[in-house]
Amino acid sequence: MTAFFALIKRDIRIALRQLSDTLIVIVFFVISASLFPFGVGAEPNLLARMAPGVLWVTALLSAMLSFDRLFQNDFEDGTLELLVIAPQPLWLSALAKIAAHWITTGFPVLLVAPLIGIMLNLKPEGLAVLLAAMALGTSIISLIGALGAALTLGSRRSGVLLSLLILPLAVPVLIFGSGAVEASIGGYPVSQQLLMLSGLLLACLVLCPWGCAAALRIANE
Amino acid sequence: MDVFSGEELTCIRSDRIVFAGFNFSVKAGDALVLSGPNGSGKSSLLRLMAGISRPAAGQITWRGKSITEDPERFFSDMHYVGHRDAVKQALSVRENLIFHSALRSVTSNIDNALDLTGLAALADVPARMLSAGQTRRLALARMLSSPAPLWLLDEPTVALDTVSVERLRAAIASHRKGGGIVIASTNVPLNIEDGVSVDISTFARENATLWSNGIADELGTEKRI
Amino acid sequence: MLQKYANPKRFLTLANSVLPWTTCATVILIVAGLYFAFAASPPDYQQGQTVRIMYVHVPSAWMAMFAYAFIVVASAVGLIWKHPVAHVGALAAAPIGACFTLICLATGSLWGKPMWGTWWVWDARLTSVLILFFLYLGFIALANAFDDSSRGEKASAILALIGGINLPIIKFSVDWWNTLHQPASVSKIDMPSIHSSMLTPLLLMGIGFTALFVTLVIIRVRAELASRRINALRAAKIHAEVAGG
Repeated sequence: MTAFFALIKRDIRIALRQLSDTLIVIVFFVISASLFPFGVGAEPNLLARMAPGVLWVTALLSAMLSFDRLFQNDFEDGTLELLVIAPQPLWLSALAKIAAHWITTGFPVLLVAPLIGIMLNLKPEGLAVLLAAMALGTSIISLIGALGAALTLGSRRSGVLLSLLILPLAVPVLIFGSGAVEASIGGYPVSQQLLMLSGLLLACLVLCPWGCAAALRIANE
Repeated sequence: MDVFSGEELTCIRSDRIVFAGFNFSVKAGDALVLSGPNGSGKSSLLRLMAGISRPAAGQITWRGKSITEDPERFFSDMHYVGHRDAVKQALSVRENLIFHSALRSVTSNIDNALDLTGLAALADVPARMLSAGQTRRLALARMLSSPAPLWLLDEPTVALDTVSVERLRAAIASHRKGGGIVIASTNVPLNIEDGVSVDISTFARENATLWSNGIADELGTEKRI
Repeated sequence: MLQKYANPKRFLTLANSVLPWTTCATVILIVAGLYFAFAASPPDYQQGQTVRIMYVHVPSAWMAMFAYAFIVVASAVGLIWKHPVAHVGALAAAPIGACFTLICLATGSLWGKPMWGTWWVWDARLTSVLILFFLYLGFIALANAFDDSSRGEKASAILALIGGINLPIIKFSVDWWNTLHQPASVSKIDMPSIHSSMLTPLLLMGIGFTALFVTLVIIRVRAELASRRINALRAAKIHAEVAGG
């Protein structure tokens, strides 16, 4: 496990040293969410109704900006070769990189989301559920996104391609994530949606690191 | 006893058969120098040996076991220095070495490695400030910081000055004296004492590509339809 | 030794003997199917002549799913047994499957205009097919995104497997979403349940489309193998020149 935590620590350290690259995702999230009142009008009830969907869609889109760098640097400078031949299973290294990605982009998005929720007039009773659902949802997005990043490694225009691959796969996250927030605002139980998100997270935890490892091997062949 | 060997190795890259039927075997203390023109497959062969890619045919054995059978033991017995240096620009020289030894889960002697490569004075400098030769020395320091019996080096002397090449030669000599194995590819003579040299281009197959093998007849039949 | 890695010979022999039969079957079945669909079956008592769209729409939907299943299986074969023709087959099937998906969406939309009064409704089935179409686009884009074609094949094969696992989850979540957001203004007329007079043209068209799919895949795989051979010969020539010069 030394290698696992060393990898997380190194990625976080690099992210902190290149802070502006890391913060760009958060800034994009805030700006794109605050465009909606200009587009649809600032009528409070309308905004409140749209808030869960807007938050989830913009969080998903802003995450897309962060994935193309996830493995790219390691691929270009040769570190990825060394991860393949490290005495640690490659899927575990992939999982470490995904964990570091979540800590440096998913977690900040999670922190900012309630603020944007308030700006979009989201009812306060939805905020707790928003945080819970987003904690699950951003982890799933990190896992699926890493898979897309590993698959598109070394391709032409990998950034755009990545979005094309990931966004359809992320539809269930969007449905259950905003479904949970909407249900909580309406006063309905949210356990079903949160359970679905947890189930998705478990499935992705099993599948995505494996898929990443397979894709990273192919990229290094 | 042969410690590290490969049988009938075939490498296919982008549908082209780079080399076929390559055999090698080395014992403790041996050195093998791979030579050959560009594109003859020196790097590809080293990547096969390191287990980064899999041969299209044939198998590689380390201490009596196929390297795919117990990869983790093989990987911890081996150092690979590719033509890319695996140096993180944002980290300092020392941080780079600490990360790589943690990745291998070994305790390492980083200060010794820094001395051997002459990087001791630069230990706390961010790697992005290093020159190409210094970056290469950092990659070699990664290899020297923890012991492993097998060294696989892809063009280790690229960008190195004469002093550094001398240092590398000394490191290789003492590694072999301790029973270590070195396999290196190089275009310039590394002058490794009594090392065996192999020219890979003699294992090239003419006109050999994945899709031209055995398809010629079928295309003939297609014209009849 | 290398025969294991490149043996399109057996495939081509088989394909060349099967191709005339599937071509004939395609023509006969689809002509017969169209005859039954447009002439020999009655209009629906509720939907009138519009029901005839179904004879293209429903088989296209079948083929959209069948082609994706084919891609998933071929990708798995390619990844597990490293059979290069399987990858070629998966890549050959993808644009055909995407076309069937697009036909399914277009006919669904044409059918929706007289029935629902609008070209597009976020109906659970149509929405699932739309996402399936996106998955096809992603697969095709990834397969063609690399300069080294073998790299694109393998990457897209992994994507196909992941998509295959994900598809039931997407279908389930879209159904769940649809029950919550039922479009209120739209009267809910569904595709009719199948009557026996409709069954004949539907089955004929379904099998005809399958034969068409097989025919097209074989033709495309043959073309792709030929083009790879040309590239291979070119590469060998370049290499010989470099080695000689």
